[in-house]
Amino acid sequence: MSVVFKKEVLDEFEIIANRYPTRRAALLPALWLAQREFGYLSLEVLDYIAQIVKISPVQVYEVAEFYTLFHKKPVGKYHLQVCRTISCALNGALDIQRAIEAHLHTKPGEITHDKLFSYELVECLASCHTAPCMRINEDYYENLSPEKVNEILNQLVKENNQNAI
Amino acid sequence: MQFEPQLTKRFNIENSYTLNVALQHGAYASLPKLFSKKPEEVIEEIKISGLKGRGGAGFPCGMKWSFIPKNSTKPIYLVVNGDEGEPGTFSDRAILSKDPHLLLEGVIAAAYAIQAHVAYIYVRGEFFREIQILNQAVEEAKNSGYLGSKIQGSDFQLEVFIHQGAGAYICGEETGLLESLEGKKGQPRIKPPFPAIQGLFGCPTIVNNVKTLSSVPWIIANGGAAYAAIGTKDSTGTHIFGLSGHVQNGGYWELPFGMPMLEFIETYGRGVKNGKLKAVIPGGSSTPVLTAQECEDLTLSYESMAKHGTFLGTGGAIVINDQTDMPQILKNLTHFYAHESCGQCTPCREGTAWENRLLQKIIQGEATARELDLMVEIAGNMEGKTICALAAACAMPVRSFIKKFRGEFEKYLKPSGVTVGIQL
Repeated sequence: MSVVFKKEVLDEFEIIANRYPTRRAALLPALWLAQREFGYLSLEVLDYIAQIVKISPVQVYEVAEFYTLFHKKPVGKYHLQVCRTISCALNGALDIQRAIEAHLHTKPGEITHDKLFSYELVECLASCHTAPCMRINEDYYENLSPEKVNEILNQLVKENNQNAI
Repeated sequence: MQFEPQLTKRFNIENSYTLNVALQHGAYASLPKLFSKKPEEVIEEIKISGLKGRGGAGFPCGMKWSFIPKNSTKPIYLVVNGDEGEPGTFSDRAILSKDPHLLLEGVIAAAYAIQAHVAYIYVRGEFFREIQILNQAVEEAKNSGYLGSKIQGSDFQLEVFIHQGAGAYICGEETGLLESLEGKKGQPRIKPPFPAIQGLFGCPTIVNNVKTLSSVPWIIANGGAAYAAIGTKDSTGTHIFGLSGHVQNGGYWELPFGMPMLEFIETYGRGVKNGKLKAVIPGGSSTPVLTAQECEDLTLSYESMAKHGTFLGTGGAIVINDQTDMPQILKNLTHFYAHESCGQCTPCREGTAWENRLLQKIIQGEATARELDLMVEIAGNMEGKTICALAAACAMPVRSFIKKFRGEFEKYLKPSGVTVGIQL
């Protein structure tokens, strides 16, 4: 299978690329579009991005590797990013990690067997006043407790089951 | 405390992020006054105001703007640093989501002052929702003649684009941010040349923090002298100060500079949680830690922080209670810096990770006093020996934690003379 953007995504990319005097500056936006479209950035995807941004593949690889929000391997439908940095750590981030690991039976960096959840530990999410916190996909979940984590995860499973019907 | 809020005045108004509501409550009201001045007069007004960069370094804003070369033949760029990532800091996110038009009003003023016609707002990659709100705000502002050509009947033209980061603390460093905007790894550049001379795409560029620019509309509307009259002599105006860690009530509050730190913790944070005050990291995780005793005469100002050998930084204070093990906290912080080092300079790449490994060894009870001294020595070999300040941002906590809480580190140590392995 060869990866390519649909026509409308390619058009979206060209509009963004026109905002910059160099085409290379559109690399981060291109990688965001690719992640939105393909879920994660496989080598094949990165090679395609190199083509449309018109730079060498290695210039794409090094950038994809450098930034932590770009997924280089598949993630779950719900991707959990749990803050481990100081203000969250002072407010029980470790309890949140344990609750997640017990609930999902996964370790940081892993994905559940049903591919519904993946989980990683991240550095400061800039929500220190509502610690402990995590992100799931595009949303923040704040003032967490182990009980709240269990509720959130159960709710997401329910949401997923309802969507499947 | 009685004062007129400048940065948070629309925060509690419903739908304040929409143009209509923001306009009803004074958004863009400074523009007629802005366009009645010459660009150099605007810069002069900012100089008079004493406004300092709120991102952490505290560089005088008006002076920074004045570094843009006159009669540049190249385009001039304004770049907004919204890559908020310093642990303990979270108020830019509030401005982006609650009052994006305040930021845009500041962007227009700054761009006019330096005669930039394109501005990029670089926003932290995690802030998906904030980016959506900001994009909508830019669209609304454009459709109503606050952005684009001939802004509000003036001859001034400005286009604003939002650029989403992708998860790298180092992109909060201004030249790292510029590299990132150009589609590269966010590895900081050697200075000089400074961005004002050779910045984005090799052109004159000013990089300003979200809060710095959000402070500008009030100054334009009320004058630099009025702004300078607020706060203290050397810390003028207001700032959004944050509290997190062991406080009953974490949050952010806009205050004039000068409030005593302990009063801030008691009044706004409603006191220390689960114990007594042991220490405060006053302005984001990179600033040297202060003991409870040192906080007694500390105020929220640049000069008081300097007098105590630390920095105001981002104004986000992290409170630590007396039940906390300081070596564990330092381990947490060195892990952060080791993870976020961009890897470009050896003292930082190796030093941050080495400090973290040494702390693990100390906490596991496998180290002697030699390792503790080694940590201080490594810190000395990091600070000032690299392209950017990230190495120093790690070295400063290491040094201040070990100096002020040495006993807590020593209790983990084995007696000396029993180390095995290679003697350094």
